[in-house]
Amino acid sequence: MNYAYYPGCSLTASAVEYDLSTRLVLEHLGEQLTEIEDWTCCGASAVEPVSRLLTRALPARNLALALAQGGKDTQVLAPCSACYLNLLRVNREAVSDVASRAELNEALSSEALAYAGEVRVRHLLDVLLNDIGVERIGEKVVNPLEGIRIAPYYGCQILRPYPVFDDAEHPVSMESLLQAMDATVHEWGLGGRCCGASLMATNQAAALASVRGLLEAAQGADAIATVCPMCQMNLEAYQSRALDGSSARKLSILYLPQLLALSFGLESKQAGIHRNLAVSSDFLTRCKQRVSAVA
Amino acid sequence: MLHETRPAEPLSGVRDTLSACMQCGTCSASCPNAAFMDMTPRKLWRLAQLGMLDEIERSEAFWLCSSCYTCTLRCPRGLPLTQVMAEIKRVVAVHGGRTGRRHGNFYRLFLNNVEKYGRVQESTLMTCYLAAMGSPSLALSFAPVGLKLAAKGKMHPPHSAMKGTLKPLFAKVREMEARS
Repeated sequence: MNYAYYPGCSLTASAVEYDLSTRLVLEHLGEQLTEIEDWTCCGASAVEPVSRLLTRALPARNLALALAQGGKDTQVLAPCSACYLNLLRVNREAVSDVASRAELNEALSSEALAYAGEVRVRHLLDVLLNDIGVERIGEKVVNPLEGIRIAPYYGCQILRPYPVFDDAEHPVSMESLLQAMDATVHEWGLGGRCCGASLMATNQAAALASVRGLLEAAQGADAIATVCPMCQMNLEAYQSRALDGSSARKLSILYLPQLLALSFGLESKQAGIHRNLAVSSDFLTRCKQRVSAVA
Repeated sequence: MLHETRPAEPLSGVRDTLSACMQCGTCSASCPNAAFMDMTPRKLWRLAQLGMLDEIERSEAFWLCSSCYTCTLRCPRGLPLTQVMAEIKRVVAVHGGRTGRRHGNFYRLFLNNVEKYGRVQESTLMTCYLAAMGSPSLALSFAPVGLKLAAKGKMHPPHSAMKGTLKPLFAKVREMEARS
């Protein structure tokens, strides 16, 4: 399928490897991504505390562009959970809330754009699971990650407040994908627990406590799989400080499509794994040894 | 009179939204950041219901909302509590004096960054934020992460490709907000 791709700001900077691995893996699976031209910031979670209207107008602008460029029923794919939520929320309101739709369109008229909920908004995980499917993914696995234990981490905004494709309290959608890679699923109850998000900038003690809780609960796993640049950043960049005084050991943190790339036998560099902040060489060696064993 | 019209006050929107809150405390028990708050979300809703803006302003609890939406998901009354947290942040940032403005720094600078560059420029945003907070210890606490990011080629000067793209939309939204 051809998706209108909305990378979002993080994927052009600190999460560049999420962009690289998403494009790599989807292309390998035979899907097409067409980046939305002239896309701009969706507002993340930082705009709502300042402006209610911009919280809607910023994502709506991108959906209006996707509509203008791809037509009705375009599928917009967002790998970042904060982008996904903002796009999804305004998409739902544009359909169901007449007053909100009128307000949005007044704002969009500043650029001669219009929008009434014509496109669909999809998260990368939803597309992998429900459009491509476990079977097609399994067929591409040439480097099974057997013996590698992965904790699936979903975070918050991918399923809350709108649990579109999985349970918002006890998500399981990543498990079948990890199993398709032959990895072992680390069973834990914190897959949907908050990482602290932007509190890492505004109240570090609280965010570090959240990160610590997650890392401690994931002990026994070799890595944590993420599907959001904010989760990834909080888990990978602050491990030393979060685990200060804890006996827990550090873990490798990778984006889900990076793990898929490894299991597909693709070059780790192509998937941007050298740009992650917390991937141990031991972990990578264990994953890569399988490639040579297969070859 | 039971239904006398109240004078316009900053929290009226929040009060309306929260009118069905029955003070069960599911939100407080669900909140991952409640342990760091100076009052629980449940108590905050009560103060808002009573229109006690001064009390709310003295609290920092709502600044600890990380928008995880767990309370929203679990509220037995189906109230949009995460949205209310954001609304309280907006009210206090405008009406709450110096402390409110300081807490709102990150969000305001984020928005300035978006308005100027079209896409968020993370390195520039963090530099502006740390400068605005004027706290050497805070700045220092981010130094290790800054170095890690720089080593991975993830710190860069702002890209200007989309600079100015959002000016018309921001101008229009300002005009609309001034009217309401």
